[in-house]
Amino acid sequence: MTVYVLDLIIFAIGIYSLIAKRHIIKKIIGMVLIEYSTNLFLILIGYRHDGIAPIITQNMEQTQFSQSAVDPLPQALVLTSIVIGLGTLALMAAYAMKLYEKYKTFDMCEIKRLKG
Amino acid sequence: MNNVLLPLSVGIPLLTAVVILLIGKFWKGIGTILAPICGLITLIFSIDLLSASTGTYWMGGWPPPFGIVLVVDSLTKVLMLAVNLIAFLALVYSVSYMEKYTAIAKYYALFMLMLAGLNGVVLTGDLFNLFVFLEIASIASYALVGFGVEHEELEAGFKYLILGSVASTAILVGIAIVYNLTGSVNMADSARFIINMGVNKSLIFAAALFMFGFSLKAGLVPFHAWLPDAHPSAPAPVSAMLSGVLIKAIGIYAMMRVVFSVFGGPQDLLNIILWLGVLSALVGGLMSLGQNDMKRMLAFSSVSQVGYIAMAIGLGTPLGIAAGLFHLFNHAAFKGLMFLNAGSIEHCAGTRNLRQMGGLMKKMPVTSLSTLVGSFSISGIPPFNGFWSKLLIIIALIQAKAFVPAAIAVIVSVITLIYYAKIIRFSIFGKLPDIYKKLHDAPFTMLFSLIVLSILCFVIGIFYPFFMNSLFNPAAAAILDQAKYISMIIGG
Repeated sequence: MTVYVLDLIIFAIGIYSLIAKRHIIKKIIGMVLIEYSTNLFLILIGYRHDGIAPIITQNMEQTQFSQSAVDPLPQALVLTSIVIGLGTLALMAAYAMKLYEKYKTFDMCEIKRLKG
Repeated sequence: MNNVLLPLSVGIPLLTAVVILLIGKFWKGIGTILAPICGLITLIFSIDLLSASTGTYWMGGWPPPFGIVLVVDSLTKVLMLAVNLIAFLALVYSVSYMEKYTAIAKYYALFMLMLAGLNGVVLTGDLFNLFVFLEIASIASYALVGFGVEHEELEAGFKYLILGSVASTAILVGIAIVYNLTGSVNMADSARFIINMGVNKSLIFAAALFMFGFSLKAGLVPFHAWLPDAHPSAPAPVSAMLSGVLIKAIGIYAMMRVVFSVFGGPQDLLNIILWLGVLSALVGGLMSLGQNDMKRMLAFSSVSQVGYIAMAIGLGTPLGIAAGLFHLFNHAAFKGLMFLNAGSIEHCAGTRNLRQMGGLMKKMPVTSLSTLVGSFSISGIPPFNGFWSKLLIIIALIQAKAFVPAAIAVIVSVITLIYYAKIIRFSIFGKLPDIYKKLHDAPFTMLFSLIVLSILCFVIGIFYPFFMNSLFNPAAAAILDQAKYISMIIGG
């Protein structure tokens, strides 16, 4: 249970950083923290204490395997999710650079041409 | 059934994107040729799917629930047709419109990625696969919104990127919870477990996360802040794609799949969708009234019209859902048309501000006529398609005894008429400013898309019983019959 609470704390820090900070890079870090806590949550779902790798060997009973192996599917999902997160991060960084080129500032409160 | 068209609808645009990027390094014009051809191929596929029987495709031969499964049912057919039709016309339109931009190859590659993602979202029968395709479509659209790399575009794109990523993360957490509860990410398999298990608190939390994520992607009102910035900032063909099909495919359609096919359409969730829709229709309509930027007004109008669709779908009755889907298809046609019109005016006259236009009827007759057709359709003037879908939505609301939403739907349709009258009054009629004396109409490839969409608005309006009976009523029946969906995937 504790790990889930810790994961939630990472998520909360991410949300705080995303909402309360004005600096674009800090906002991006907040977004990345949110993504990572989500990935961690997916891993925790498939985690089993003292579990073994989900590889079945010749001298292993099927019942023993299903009782002790961790769930491999969330790990595969997280791998995909991390790659997607990387793509988003790269795009966010590119946006931050372009925004700085145009506005000469990283302060999100000064970037406000669109309204109404 | 193993219909090979299903994976190809996703695979061909993906492959085209890679080819365009690789060859685009040496020859910039490759995208201009390959992308419309690819759009035509996927359009032909989607038309071919209309007559195909419903069924599934097992990716890599793995049977569900172990492998990824692509599903085609009556609802999928409607969405596939809408996505590929608008995409093809937007691509044809791009040929002339994008000439003023540099990095055209990258534009077409991103567009193809977005098309692949949208087709994937519509076809997939697997929750995590839905998330992956949704992210492909979303990330491509984040990049396309900021494609002009000017001040406003970058700001809008960044805002859209951050909000969109939060929504995607919420959807992923929802999928994780559903997986934890049911032990499967296959939609039909999860649905089977949920039926046996009944409702518990974790499931309600997952449903809340899904509702938040998909509502943000659809631009429903409390979550709409990014939409009126992002949609006008993108190049016109991309605006047409975003407002025309993207918010519906990854917002409304994905929400319908999860709410109806996975959760079985519980009344509480449907009520939330209904009232979100009512709020969107009203707020979006009122916000449109005060806008002077043509594309920004159209974007607020999208919020309002998506509200109509959500309202109708939230009823959960066969007529309501059929009417909602009919309006979804119509909105793809006329909002796509209106954004392409706005792009055409911007391309020729160089402005989006309604106050600086006037008298364009004399100089740009085709664009003006199609603007008239689009405005009439969307504000519900009788022979055009928008009239029938709004009428059906209001009838469905009254039949379901939802009188307050029905009254608001009528009021909003009057508001819609007012602000489209404003567009017509300021852009087409009135006095031609002196600077536009030498104005001429847009090139043929742009006009082609406008003409096709105008004719479509008219034809759907005239033959609406045919379209209702052959497309939208079966689609509504398909989404409401959860047992058939489950047996189609797990049983076959």
